[in-house]
Amino acid sequence: MSFAPKDAVLEMRKVCMAFGKGSGEPSLPVLADLDITLRDGEILGLLGRSGSGKSTLLRIAAGLVRPTSGQVLYRARPLDGPEEGIAVVFQTFALYPWLTVLENVELGLDALALSRAESRQRALSAVDLIGLDGFQNAYPRELSGGMRQRVGFARALVTGPTLLLMDEPFSALDVLTAELLRTDFLDLWVGRQLPIRSALLVTHNIEEAVLMCERIVLLSGKPARIATEIAVHLPHPRDRLDPAFRAIVDEIYSELTSHAAESVAAHKAGRGAARALPDASVNRIGGLVEALSAPRYEGHAQLALIASQLGLEVNEIFPIAEALHLLEFAELKDGVIKLTAAGQVFAAGDTDQRKQLFREHLLHFVPLAAHIRHVLDEREGHHAPRVRFESELEDHLNEQDTEKTLRAVTGWGRYAELFTYDGVTKTFSANQAMK
Amino acid sequence: MIAPFSMTEQQRPSLSPAELPLCALRTTMRMLAALLASLIFTLTYATLAAKSRRAEIVLIPLLDILQSVPVLGYLSFTVVFFVSLFPGSALGPECAAIFAIFTSQAWNMAFSFYQSLRTIPSDLDEVSRSFRLTTWQRFWRLEVPFAMPGLVWNMMMSMSGGWFFVVASEAIAVGEFRIDLPGIGSYVAQAIAERDLGAVGWAITAMTVTILLYDQLLFRPLVAWADNFRFEQTAARVVPASWLLDLFHRTILLKFAAAPLAVGARRVLRARLSLPQQLRGSLSRALSGRAGGILWYGAVLALLAYAMRMFLRFVGPVLSWEDMASAVGNGLLTLVRVLVLVAIATIVWVPIGVAVGLRPKLAEKVQPAAQFLAAFPANLLFPLAVYVIVRGNLTASIWLSPLMILGTQWYILFNVIAGASAFPTDLREAAATLRLGRLAWWSKVLLPGIFPYYVTGAITAAGGAWNASIVSEAVQWGSTKLNASGLGAYIADMTEAGDYPRIALGIVVMSTFVILLNRLLWRPLYAFAERRTRLD
Repeated sequence: MSFAPKDAVLEMRKVCMAFGKGSGEPSLPVLADLDITLRDGEILGLLGRSGSGKSTLLRIAAGLVRPTSGQVLYRARPLDGPEEGIAVVFQTFALYPWLTVLENVELGLDALALSRAESRQRALSAVDLIGLDGFQNAYPRELSGGMRQRVGFARALVTGPTLLLMDEPFSALDVLTAELLRTDFLDLWVGRQLPIRSALLVTHNIEEAVLMCERIVLLSGKPARIATEIAVHLPHPRDRLDPAFRAIVDEIYSELTSHAAESVAAHKAGRGAARALPDASVNRIGGLVEALSAPRYEGHAQLALIASQLGLEVNEIFPIAEALHLLEFAELKDGVIKLTAAGQVFAAGDTDQRKQLFREHLLHFVPLAAHIRHVLDEREGHHAPRVRFESELEDHLNEQDTEKTLRAVTGWGRYAELFTYDGVTKTFSANQAMK
Repeated sequence: MIAPFSMTEQQRPSLSPAELPLCALRTTMRMLAALLASLIFTLTYATLAAKSRRAEIVLIPLLDILQSVPVLGYLSFTVVFFVSLFPGSALGPECAAIFAIFTSQAWNMAFSFYQSLRTIPSDLDEVSRSFRLTTWQRFWRLEVPFAMPGLVWNMMMSMSGGWFFVVASEAIAVGEFRIDLPGIGSYVAQAIAERDLGAVGWAITAMTVTILLYDQLLFRPLVAWADNFRFEQTAARVVPASWLLDLFHRTILLKFAAAPLAVGARRVLRARLSLPQQLRGSLSRALSGRAGGILWYGAVLALLAYAMRMFLRFVGPVLSWEDMASAVGNGLLTLVRVLVLVAIATIVWVPIGVAVGLRPKLAEKVQPAAQFLAAFPANLLFPLAVYVIVRGNLTASIWLSPLMILGTQWYILFNVIAGASAFPTDLREAAATLRLGRLAWWSKVLLPGIFPYYVTGAITAAGGAWNASIVSEAVQWGSTKLNASGLGAYIADMTEAGDYPRIALGIVVMSTFVILLNRLLWRPLYAFAERRTRLD
């Protein structure tokens, strides 16, 4: 075992996380053998798709969740539960609605058993620092989203933490507000006005990560592993239009597309139907095909470009792109998405032709859909309970992925009129029209 | 088993209206004492159930059963128990009355608190953990505030129901023995004995004033205050207001007087109280270990077996299968009454509730009246009805029945009003643009929309009707007795005769009926309503 580097604030060594599925059954791994170090003076970005285990990793760093195996060292000492000096900013703000702004901020000091005067004094200076002056006595419900997240930051910073953990802190805000909060935070960080020595930023917004972080770690796969680590050596303040900035964004996009393409390839190579499907609705799949076939793209586009044109974030565009790739309506390669011949036909077709084509591709390229149809055909009454497929999937996937996969396949199958599903009785049936 | 009563006949209260203010005050004090007890019970019992899996397995089903036991049924037992606890003192009957009110209030409050504790948003929980708040700090800073709106609402419901029981429990006759606690209930009981209709009228007036004062002085401020704890972070549409709370906030003198209290409370609630690390470790190990588990379930089973044996030993020698058949037969009669009455109340109040609820201006005026009527103890009105039945020579077994639902039908009304006023405007407008016929409008649009609200009201109304059957199926006017037969009358008769084994049998049969009705009818209906009206 190596010694921690001197400037490591937090160090994770071979951290694994698995969520049990009840007694006796094997647990499903979420994180596998992760080694991540947060160094003094840096903001580390953690990028990945939703459900990739980023938030779990942050909670492990916060001491809120204990890893199944592996070691977490905070300032070279093992981390055992939440620690003074580690603060968290939440995506949902997590403000206590019955406490005023000032009381919410003071909450962070309750554990320190300070005198009332000192506690008030420190809370006020945190409120001041973060630009909440004049809002001290407001209740969270009176504030806009941006102001609420400022309270979230003030509450995290009031204890004078060494390490700040941010869980998608700007993703619940509108574009303008988010940008203002990011630059305000960066100004304080670059100007060394914050007590923190190091920060972890979990996000699915690539540009945000490039804008704020010194290093970016990409998580991918099931269980999640570190796919790549990218250093960002640009000076602050960074310019989104700077070619060097764009180059890093493009690099991350092509990394992510190659992982997406790989996961689809693995899906196809794998035998059996029990694999996770990308959670993309038929409307979104159709919408992306439609967008790609528009004259300006002529059937192919940089994923980064079309995502920003459509106003979609990474966690939104990738499931759709992956679904297109899986259904062979499009191909993903090096950050570019390109419609296949079938995709072009789909784009040109009317509703019935589209459904017909979708049905053929679904049967052909999605083993789970074919499997459900097969089971329904075999059965006497052409019915099968959802539980049947649920339990098959759960042998290989966690509860969340099972749910997502079944939701996706149900939507696709209904659209393709491959089978119907009754949400009340929770049964699949063979479509009458097919007979 | 049954201690001899050391208390003899008490002094009969006078029927002068001048007695009423003091009577009302004493009745209200009993209510407050019971509410305090319920609150303490809620904070401990529900917390235990929410925090420990093992305790939960026992406590929650137990709560479910306790909810179904008719409060007035076991009044005779608790009177005997408390009187023997404090022989010769008025404290015994007082405690028995307070206990009866407590049992009518505590269960739903505990359920609400337990539900809240189980649904604390994970991000708020993580904040409190990442700031390393102690269990004590967490309880007062996160758990209690989060549960507050639901708890206050349930306290209000409990209070509404409570007036009924406080009135019933102030004048208790068990066998030869009669207790009259000074209060509105015993005043009315005396009026009935003396056939004084005027006095009944005075009592009704006093009760009305009491409930209105109570609402203004206690509940309005409480509800307005609890609104601070609403979890939704969107601005409220209608903010509950209270002139008393406003007055309190605006009055510097009052604030000044309350300041030391607030500082003290703040100190206590924010104190970093926690068990010493070592003790906590060994405690949690003892509670969660395998050996602890075996011990726990063993103890639970042993206690169950013991209670069963005690019960059989108590009723076994006296009761025969005929008693069982008679109790069940009476139970079926009461069941028919409850179902028919709920059906009638539905036919009457659903159209009215919808008509009111769809007119916001009208709803604003009618809703408080419906809530007041639900709170008003219907048993004060019984003498009026009985007087009419006696005078008109009406058939008791039919005409006494409506009394069962007299007090609780309002729950159907005000829930339907709430449902209709919460019905989304766009859905109504859509129905209007589709130019739906009357029948389609009711069956496809409105009724499904208000169904969950209706079910909530119907459950409360039916539950209340079972309880009320004990005082409404057998009534008196002076020396004239009317008996409608049924399980309520059965329990009332046995109580009057002091026949404890048969009282116990009646209670067990009634609880079983209520539990079965809940499981087989109301719960599936509720689940259905919830499933059908959800969009996601």
